[in-house]
Amino acid sequence: MTLVFFAYFSLVSIAAGVLTVALRNPVHCGLALLALLLHVSGLFVLLNAEFLWAVQVVVYAGAILVLYLFVLMLLNLKTEERYFHSTFMYFLAPAMIGSLYVLALLFRSPFGGAKGDAPAAAILQDGDTHAVGIKMFSDYLLQFEIVGVFLLGAIIGAIVLAKTPKPLDVERER
Amino acid sequence: MVPLSAYVAVSAILFLTGLLGVLIRRNFIIVLMAVEIMLNAANINLVAFSYYMESMAGQLVALFIIAIAAGEAAVGLAIIIVVFRGKISTNVDEMNLLKW
Repeated sequence: MTLVFFAYFSLVSIAAGVLTVALRNPVHCGLALLALLLHVSGLFVLLNAEFLWAVQVVVYAGAILVLYLFVLMLLNLKTEERYFHSTFMYFLAPAMIGSLYVLALLFRSPFGGAKGDAPAAAILQDGDTHAVGIKMFSDYLLQFEIVGVFLLGAIIGAIVLAKTPKPLDVERER
Repeated sequence: MVPLSAYVAVSAILFLTGLLGVLIRRNFIIVLMAVEIMLNAANINLVAFSYYMESMAGQLVALFIIAIAAGEAAVGLAIIIVVFRGKISTNVDEMNLLKW
């Protein structure tokens, strides 16, 4: 059963990713990106990460994607005739060769490493949100605060960048 | 039981799709969307390793990546609005103000 869901989520997310890159109309690309985000959140559920699933749906699909669609509709872009980079054929072959090489490496190497301190049974006992919260506000508290300051800086930067420029005071400059 | 390498392979394919999108698309907004695809691929990788290595660290780093993606989207879209106001174009080939 898990295998069926994994196959569905992974195949649809890959297809949606390819559509995001390949579609012509930017709004269609945004909608394909939405499908990609939702199916990636399905993969998170399969991996016992329910809190990340909720964050993915609420923050990514709900906030970031709406921001993209807002800007797309604000700019009212026309579909361009030549929508690929003029030299894209030069990038295509190296990317294919590189991806095949990486895939061959991935399937050849088995995984065996040291286990951590959070097995699935311990996470499922209190829920993933509890586990993430305990870890976040004990070991990762400093990083959490840094991310908060980073988001504040990003907000201020976005406001300053997108502000309407003041008209120049011509009389005073003379 | 799905093996770890299957998740890593999905993540690699998605990452390369995003990389290809950054390289070949000409619309700046689509380039930013391709960057989001790459960040999602990294998230799949982190959460899969967090599950198979039985450690919470991967999920926390994935959360931080989502926060950074939000900041990147906000600043990038603000830059797009500024450029679009002056030139009426979101083509990356025509944005060469910082070149040389």
